[in-house]
Amino acid sequence: MTDHLLEVRDLSVEFHTAAGTVKAVQNVSWHLDRGETLAILGESGSGKSVSASAVMNLIDMPPGRITSGQILLNGRDMLAMTAEQRRRINGCKIAMIFQDPLAHLNPVYTVGWQIAEMVTTHGGTRDKAQARALELLRRVGIPEPEVAMRKYPHQFSGGQRQRLMIAMALACKPDILIADEPTTALDVTVQAQVLELLEELQAETGMGLLLITHDLGVVAEIADRVVVMNGGQIVETGNAAEVYRNPKHPYTHKLIDAAPGKGAMPAERDRTGQPLLRAEGLTKTYGAFQALKGVDLTIMPGETVAVVGESGSGKSTLARAILRLDDPDRGRILYRGNDLMAMAPRQLFGLRRDLQMVFQDPTQSLNPRMTVFQLISEAWVIHPEILPKGLWRDRVAELLVKVGLRPEMAARYPHQFSGGQRQRIAIARALAMEPKLIVCDEAVSALDVSIQAQVIELLDGLRREFGLSYLFIAHDLPVVRDFADRVVVMKSGEIVEEGPVRQIFDAARHPYTRALLSASLDPDPAVQAARRAARPLETA
Amino acid sequence: MTGFIGKRALASGISLIGLVILVFFLSRLTGDPTNLYLPLDASIEAREQFRELHGFNDPLIVQFGRYVLDLAQGDFGESLQQARPAMEVVLQAFGWTLRLAVITMTCVTVAAIVIGSLAAFKVGGIFDRIATFFSLVGASAPDFWLAIVAIVIFAVNLHWLPTSGTGTPWHWVLPVAVLFVRPFGLILQVVRGSMITTLSSAYVKTARAKGVRTRPIIFVHGLRNAMLPVITVIGDQAAAILNGAVVIETIFGFPGIGKLMIDSILLRDFSVVLASIMVSAVAIFIMNLLIDIAYAMLDPRIRY
Repeated sequence: MTDHLLEVRDLSVEFHTAAGTVKAVQNVSWHLDRGETLAILGESGSGKSVSASAVMNLIDMPPGRITSGQILLNGRDMLAMTAEQRRRINGCKIAMIFQDPLAHLNPVYTVGWQIAEMVTTHGGTRDKAQARALELLRRVGIPEPEVAMRKYPHQFSGGQRQRLMIAMALACKPDILIADEPTTALDVTVQAQVLELLEELQAETGMGLLLITHDLGVVAEIADRVVVMNGGQIVETGNAAEVYRNPKHPYTHKLIDAAPGKGAMPAERDRTGQPLLRAEGLTKTYGAFQALKGVDLTIMPGETVAVVGESGSGKSTLARAILRLDDPDRGRILYRGNDLMAMAPRQLFGLRRDLQMVFQDPTQSLNPRMTVFQLISEAWVIHPEILPKGLWRDRVAELLVKVGLRPEMAARYPHQFSGGQRQRIAIARALAMEPKLIVCDEAVSALDVSIQAQVIELLDGLRREFGLSYLFIAHDLPVVRDFADRVVVMKSGEIVEEGPVRQIFDAARHPYTRALLSASLDPDPAVQAARRAARPLETA
Repeated sequence: MTGFIGKRALASGISLIGLVILVFFLSRLTGDPTNLYLPLDASIEAREQFRELHGFNDPLIVQFGRYVLDLAQGDFGESLQQARPAMEVVLQAFGWTLRLAVITMTCVTVAAIVIGSLAAFKVGGIFDRIATFFSLVGASAPDFWLAIVAIVIFAVNLHWLPTSGTGTPWHWVLPVAVLFVRPFGLILQVVRGSMITTLSSAYVKTARAKGVRTRPIIFVHGLRNAMLPVITVIGDQAAAILNGAVVIETIFGFPGIGKLMIDSILLRDFSVVLASIMVSAVAIFIMNLLIDIAYAMLDPRIRY
């Protein structure tokens, strides 16, 4: 009665937690055909991964419970099968790859063994498995495949690890590959390569590809059809290009509008006068690794300078060096003309409040045992000259309102907030110091696009209100385009290009900058299709 | 790796020297052994002769110098009590304790790993209940009490097993069983906790998505990763038994190093005390080295 390869019908899953029953997905239906790519698009908590987990039988029951629905593989209901039958399907008919390949590969076994295990688990001989593993390593483009067989996951780069995951998933030639945020943890250029590899492999094998993502750009690049999820329900489904052009549901509308990189770029600023901060010739080595090779940087009062680059480019080291969280080996850091490097600890302590930092992961940067009030008011415990104790409560309330939270939230603990709210708390904490410069190290990278847009807007508003300067460390170019005055592009510890945002985005000079720009994905499927067509055919 | 072992050996050698100096002078503080060895009515001359013979009349520093010189030639002195070379006495006792430790820890390790892993796989299941029960018993029951109760039940009342001594395999059952309880409870808890963390890890999820069977998921994918903290505790517990399960060895009349140490301290048999301490220290050094090597073997990310 059904001719779909995989079909999920009216699936509802709930989780029983201490806080009550959570309906993770409700009456979700979608289908996937051979050779097709279906993207499930949603933000965190939308339930986008739940139906895939149900397909793979990865939902722990309890606390999870499938309350209704069917999962049909070639017309047979998988939910009616025994655990052993389900196990045989996993890996063999349907394989899955995950977001963080380092965590998802077993650290204590060689990659050759792990890929071969997929074959032996499903009845292949050891010799056959070894041969297949070697063949796959070669196919996914791992250099020196014979040597790589005996290496461990930590000995590969992030992009290579995802290739290893893909090789493992394809070992038994599955009909369906489920990819859960496969490129989220990767650099843009690597992301482009991995997506390309997936497309090629799909064309070769004719498998159905189910892609779970939060990234409109990824959808635009690779998906045929898209399912948009919000709050555990499907809000819209259809052809990817069609949905982007003509979103029917208000949520889809909102999601597309929130995608960064479409706004007007700020005009060039006047950069005369005394800079707020100037770094000269910063170098930093870790053992034999040169993280910074003589970096110069100037930030004017009220200016937002973005530092972009891929992992290992030294951008975070630069941020930490400027704040003297990690002292650079050589170089000067002039804050309003005073050299921070030459300062005594006591003098530096006084200046610390002017220079604040907001980190990438607010879950880790906020002490879980402190209330929001304690977290924010700690600034005044350390620097009592800022505010007399009697005014703390009012000021905390004021700051919370300023960052878009409510004053009564001061009594709560960080775990009671969502990721976006936590980042707001971290911003409020930085503001409590009344700083002149806030260093944001990937401060919005971990947030959903709609939340990201809100936090950027908040930072922008605060800049206007307090005349703040930002040093904005990011790997995400579209966000930078919307927010920064000036862009510094880093690669391997050096600045390869620097200039006003318009110049970088409209007339990049350095080939690396151009590579970064072309690898970053546009949310518009039409734009991506045009870029794909224009791409050189070197890999084909 | 050899460099690492060499460095560790050097550091341990230095602490061993410190230990020898400390124990040498501390043991001399406990008093003169003469009175313990000669009969109460021994003449003053006989006492003088005894002291002269064993060198107790010389200033401490001279005694120490002599001891060190002898040590340098591999002579650990004589046992006052047994009139045999001290090291011979100690190594004989250590052999017994080593066997006791190896048998006990093998049983403990195998049982704790299997039951702990299964307990972690199904929290609240039958193995989990065994785990909880034993860790509670292990933590709360004093071993001397367990030993005495076990003797009363199995040796005195039921006549199944001998009360004490060595000789037949049956003599080993009670000491091993009593020594088993505490480390078993402890290691079981560590295995269980470590396995719960490991089994909820991302790579175990991958293994499930690969269709790997349950048993290899637990014992191949999970266990090796969960073993690192477990090994530390196993080494710690093994060292505790090697160092002399003093109480247990005494109750069961087991001629191990713990009993020997207590006896020689009470009898001021200084050479034996010093030799025992050196043997224990070396045993612990080797134990720690083995743990470090096991770490590197289990986890390829650890390299020395």
